[in-house]
Amino acid sequence: MKITLGTVTHPGGSRVNKTGSWRTAGKPHFLHQRCIACDLCALSCPEGCIFGTGQKTYYANEDYCKGCGICANVCPVEDIEMVSEEDEHG
Amino acid sequence: MLEVEEQDKFGDHLFASGHTACPGCGQSLAARLVLRAAGRNVIVVNSTGCLEVFSSKYPESAWEVPWLHSLFENTAAVAAGIEAALKINGQLDKVRVIAQGGDGSTADIGLGAISGMFERGHDVLYICYDNEAYMNTGIQRSGLTPYYARTTTSPPGRVSMGNWRPKKDVPQIAVAHEIPYVATASVGYHLDLDRKIRRALSIRGPKYMQIHVPCPLGWGSDPAHTIDIARLAVNTGLYPLYEVEEGETKVQKIPRKVPVEEYLKLQTRFRHLFGKNGGKKELEEIQRIADRNIEKYGLIGK
Repeated sequence: MKITLGTVTHPGGSRVNKTGSWRTAGKPHFLHQRCIACDLCALSCPEGCIFGTGQKTYYANEDYCKGCGICANVCPVEDIEMVSEEDEHG
Repeated sequence: MLEVEEQDKFGDHLFASGHTACPGCGQSLAARLVLRAAGRNVIVVNSTGCLEVFSSKYPESAWEVPWLHSLFENTAAVAAGIEAALKINGQLDKVRVIAQGGDGSTADIGLGAISGMFERGHDVLYICYDNEAYMNTGIQRSGLTPYYARTTTSPPGRVSMGNWRPKKDVPQIAVAHEIPYVATASVGYHLDLDRKIRRALSIRGPKYMQIHVPCPLGWGSDPAHTIDIARLAVNTGLYPLYEVEEGETKVQKIPRKVPVEEYLKLQTRFRHLFGKNGGKKELEEIQRIADRNIEKYGLIGK
């Protein structure tokens, strides 16, 4: 048996923890209609799971999105809406 | 082994996803923005608190920079020791030291060690994430809890309207140490926060920054409103944003005065002020605090 000395953790090792399973209310749906690529959704996401490289390219990594709704709330052009996941799969 | 996620493409995610903060947590967002501005060449010393717990759930870690946790009270002392070691090894030009903690460890438990670090002139940036109570242990009041907030140790009822002591002015305590840079920031204004972190890290010597971070769980607010609430705190005058560099104060102006009720009514920790048993006197007092800040720092006007 190999014994690991100390409490070894790896940098960024929290990524194995898929917090997307926490969502209860809904998830963000990026409409990609009026997006101006201001990056505010990505910069306001506590999980750091929103990415985009230009207008109408933004998306949330649903493995980690906890569904807080900040992105939909800060979007200045209302291009993000929170949708129920039950509706989608229902 | 760990798979490489798309985060790495962007290079600015030194605080990884998968941490266990509550949805809508202002502190986890602020920690990410701080590291984004600070870059890779930092050593972070963290005190006990929410940030430490949710970012380092064994055997995982959200940090992609060297990160240490020791105790509640000695964060500044540990950071000072690291700075001294880097100095003697001649590596202080390459690596910056950041010490960080919540408002409890900053204003109450660790204040002595922070004062010592300032006084000895260590080249450390101390960051206080101010969510206005001990959130990690279950919302007990701290030295930075504002007037009339409900916490589990300042419950409103027949004989009390919540916290009855003022919010400790830690930035001004730091200013009194005559350190080169002191600033307040808010997670609602990320450009201002980014600029202040970069400015602070460009200066040698002890620095202090206090960042206002809403806590949906402790404040009883909608997780989606974290940014709005942070901005309202600034625009009501309750959380003035300013920086003091070499004794000179620069403030971020607010466009117009927002009544404090607009900030308070979004949070259940102030709900008792709007109940049928009144709270009018207390609301007026909170408005007076905001007005005093606006006047003291000249938040409105040219």
